[in-house]
Amino acid sequence: MSEHELRVSKIRNGTVIDHVPGGQALNVLAILGIDGSGGEEVSVGMNVPSDRLGRKDIVKVEGRELSQDEVDVLSLIAPDATINIVDEYEVVDKRRLDPPEFVEGILSCPNRNCITTDDEPVDSKFEVLDDEVRCVYCETIIREDLADHIDT
Amino acid sequence: MRHEHLVTAKQLSRADVEAVLDRAAEIAANPAAVRERHSDALLGLLFFEPSTRTKMSFETAIKRLGGDVVDMGSVDSSSVKKGESLADTVRVIEGYADALVLRHPRQGSAQMASEFVDVPLVNAGDGAGHHPTQTLLDLYTMREAADGLDDLTVGIMGDLKYGRTVHSLANVLTNFDVRQHFVSPESLKLPRSVRYDLHEAGAKVREHTDLETILPELDVLYVTRIQRERFPDENEYRAIAGEYQIDEETLEQADDDLVVMHPLPRVDEIAPEIDETDHARYFEQAHNGVPVRMALLDMLLENARGDAE
Repeated sequence: MSEHELRVSKIRNGTVIDHVPGGQALNVLAILGIDGSGGEEVSVGMNVPSDRLGRKDIVKVEGRELSQDEVDVLSLIAPDATINIVDEYEVVDKRRLDPPEFVEGILSCPNRNCITTDDEPVDSKFEVLDDEVRCVYCETIIREDLADHIDT
Repeated sequence: MRHEHLVTAKQLSRADVEAVLDRAAEIAANPAAVRERHSDALLGLLFFEPSTRTKMSFETAIKRLGGDVVDMGSVDSSSVKKGESLADTVRVIEGYADALVLRHPRQGSAQMASEFVDVPLVNAGDGAGHHPTQTLLDLYTMREAADGLDDLTVGIMGDLKYGRTVHSLANVLTNFDVRQHFVSPESLKLPRSVRYDLHEAGAKVREHTDLETILPELDVLYVTRIQRERFPDENEYRAIAGEYQIDEETLEQADDDLVVMHPLPRVDEIAPEIDETDHARYFEQAHNGVPVRMALLDMLLENARGDAE
């Protein structure tokens, strides 16, 4: 473990989300639905030095694994992130994110005239492009501030 | 063409377009040959927005194929007024009709509706999204007027941001050897999604704020209405709209063979004096909606019949 990572305390069992782009840690927490009210034990490092990213955020969540939906959304805002599963202070699994082709039901379309914003029995569905996503229904492209459109 | 539904013009390949246009030309040349071709067919018309040309031409098309329509009527007199969802409406009407035609103010409505029905569904305009059957009749008109759809320079002018006919046309033209020039005020330029598609397709595209510089190069000028309702300030609209009007003086710099098209309705984008010139093709364009929609319905109904057998 590097000196930089020691700035954030180790966890016993849970998930470490590493190599998150600097400044996105709070959005990661939003994706995981963590606002502190649930009593979760969370450690966050923001804008710590990183060889790969220059600056990175790191999020450590005690006693929590991620669902596939959560991993899919994370891959949109932190495509270079690594997910480390920790058991008894040891990393037992380390995964890179693999962006999905589509994400369903986890982003809201910002186009107020999109049919998915009506009261219809349909989930939002976005095609994942290189560095943006596109609504399958109205074709609106979201590039910046993707985290603002996450349904949490 | 082997599609269950026609939702966006993007799903149409060059071969699809040519198949529909060729079939439309056959029908136009001999309409009597298809007079009873779909005598058992009922077309469900679901128009959640006002429409004259599109609705009437679909109605004419199915009747000229021997079929008939079941019409939802106006929104005010339908169950929509009671809060029924679009998904429920189309699922009910598919039980009455052999194919559905949907116009709806929401973008993506046709895509969503197509996911709920098994009968063919045709998008007749979804908000500012797409209008694929307008594009097919536009291409039919263009092909007849310019003797083909390759090696053309096409100018598309007006409200490019919200103009669904423009979005569909721009997408489909990428299947052909066409140079596309887009002319609009800065505030009404093409949306990002259409630019993305054009870029992905490797289209030859240029954007302009005035027509003057490129007019002499054009084989086709496709004019759309600048929609007054989009502007919060009437004076701002007037200042812009005046820059995008076509009259005889404007066309002095144009090629003699320039074809002027417009999906209609027009307000004052094209002066009436143009109507009598050889440039004007917009009324012919509107009339072409019937054979083109006959061809499309014929193909979709045949596909559906083949699937059912």
